[in-house]
Formats: sequence, structure tokens, C-alpha cells
Amino acid sequence: MKFTLKGFLPLIIFLALGAALALGLTKDPRLMPSQMIDKPFPEFALTDLYEPDSILTNADMTGQVTLVNVFGSWCVSCNVEHPKLMQLARSGSVDIWGIDWRDEREKGKNWLAARGNPYTRIIFDPDSVLSIDLGVTGAPESFIIDQQGQIRYKHVGIITDDIWDDILWPVIATLEAEG
Amino acid sequence: MKRFVLHVLFGFGLLLQFSTAYAQSQNRSLSEQEIETRARDVGRSLRCVVCQNQSIDESDAPLAGDMRQIVRTQIRAGKSNEDVLDFMQNRYGDYVLLKPPVQRNTYVLWFAPFVILFVFVMWYALVLRRKPQAPVVEPLSNDEREHFNNLTSETSTDKAL
Repeated sequence: MKFTLKGFLPLIIFLALGAALALGLTKDPRLMPSQMIDKPFPEFALTDLYEPDSILTNADMTGQVTLVNVFGSWCVSCNVEHPKLMQLARSGSVDIWGIDWRDEREKGKNWLAARGNPYTRIIFDPDSVLSIDLGVTGAPESFIIDQQGQIRYKHVGIITDDIWDDILWPVIATLEAEG
Repeated sequence: MKRFVLHVLFGFGLLLQFSTAYAQSQNRSLSEQEIETRARDVGRSLRCVVCQNQSIDESDAPLAGDMRQIVRTQIRAGKSNEDVLDFMQNRYGDYVLLKPPVQRNTYVLWFAPFVILFVFVMWYALVLRRKPQAPVVEPLSNDEREHFNNLTSETSTDKAL
């Protein structure tokens, strides 16, 4: 029996295709690279959750490194994330802004009343105007904004102790040192 | 004189009103029907980012609903379909476009099928053009001839019996 390269061709093609597809399976299609990194935080003019008459804009936000956290009273994972945000707020390591996304004002307020409010200011975004501008796909989602109002990092999902210690805090510390 | 000035001012005021009314009517040339058709058109080429493989036009996800709303608002504001698609692409990346753009990282996706087709057509053409060759017949060696003779004579004797 003669072993020629030609005879092995189908097997080689099969293996190559299999490898390529297997590699594709390991990728999470929900993890999208953020388009917004190093872009200025989008312009917005939305009301404060607690003060329906006062309009918050970018001007209220710039000047310091800020963690912007997208949440909603309907968001189950936000329940899980909430204690970590409370801990961060108590430690005072960073200014945390909230975006109450696709929510009703009363429900949002009640949710925070029951759990505590870790946010300095909360932007009320019932119609996803700012959230779509930010390219948000789900809650919770967090952005790190630098002193100049540029988006420097985006984290999709819950902020766990590990993610805070290994990723978010180093980014914030570097930015604070720069500024 | 004062009265004359007032009249002139009044006239200007009227003119201004007419002109803004005219501008508005120009703007309104985009009928609701048109906005709807274009919005749905754009919606069909935008992926609902939370439901993997649906367009925002066919998705029930709340975020898709909000995206449809924003598409309508932008079209109403006079943006072209391309502007709206660009707006979404700038925020959600190429992923949001159901039809992937032709660019460096999608060349393989777009052109591989044609390359493969071309290769196989060429290969097939080569096979067809190859002239059918007459099989080369080598004469039997002496040993083989003897063996053959033995076999044939055996069968003939078998038959005779």
C-alpha cells in the first residue's frame, strides 16, 4: 500500500476545517469589542433620577475619573453586583455615576431605597437614548471615564472582586495618577 | 413715520412667518409613510444586538424597540439611511450590520467562495483536457507465458475429462 500526500488530502482538509470551527466555538459571540474606547463620552441631556426637573449633561461629569454603571430595577444581575458598588462607594476610591436604564422612575427609586444608593448622580434613561449612544447591550455594564471625559474602559457584566482588583482598579489608578 | 416703520416691521414679521411655514412644509415632504418604509428598511439591515440573529425589525427585545425608535427619530430629522447605519456602526461595531462590510478582515469571508470555485473549475478543466491515454501493454515475460500456458492447458484437459 502506497501512502501518497494526495490520499491524505481529504483528511487534511477535514482536520483544518475542524480546527478552524473548533476555534470559532471557543469565542463568545456576545463579547463585542467596544467601539467607544478612547472616544468622548456621548453628549447627553437627561433628567436626574431623583430630580425630574434638573437636567444632567456632560459638563456635570467631567473633571475626575468616573465609573459609570448602567443598571435598572428590572436587572437581575444588578442585584448581584450591587453590594460591590456599595463597598466601592464607601471606600471612596472612585466617583460612581449610575444610568438607570429602561426603568420607571418610581421603581428605580424604590430599588435603591431598599438596597442603598452607591451613586453620586443617577442619569435617568427610560428610552435608551444615552445607552444606545454608549453602545450598551445589557445591564450591568460599566464604563471608566477619564478627567477629560473620554471613555477609557468598558466592562460588560457584573463587577466582581476579581474584576475590580485585577482590571478596573488598575485602570482607574493609572488614570488618576496621570491626571 | 413711526407708523410707517411699524408697518414695515409688521410686513417683515409676516414674511418671516411665511418663510418659516414654507421651510416647515419643505421639511414635511418626508411623509410618515416614507419614514416608516425607510425605517423598516434600515431596521432590516441592523442586527438586534441582544438576540444574536434577528434584525431589529423582527425582534421583540426591548432594546431593539428602542433602536427602531432612534432610527425613526433620525430619519425624521433628515438623516439618510447610510447616516443611520453609520451611527449604529460607530456605537455597536460591524457586528450590528447584518450584511458584513467588505473590508480587510472580511476579505476571506467575501472572496473565499469565489477562490474555491475558481480552483475547482481550473482543476476540472485540467482533468477534462488531459488526453485519454491508451493503456501500455507489456508483453508477457517467459515465466509468465509458461504459467499462462500451463493454466490454459490444465483447463482444457479438465474439459476433456
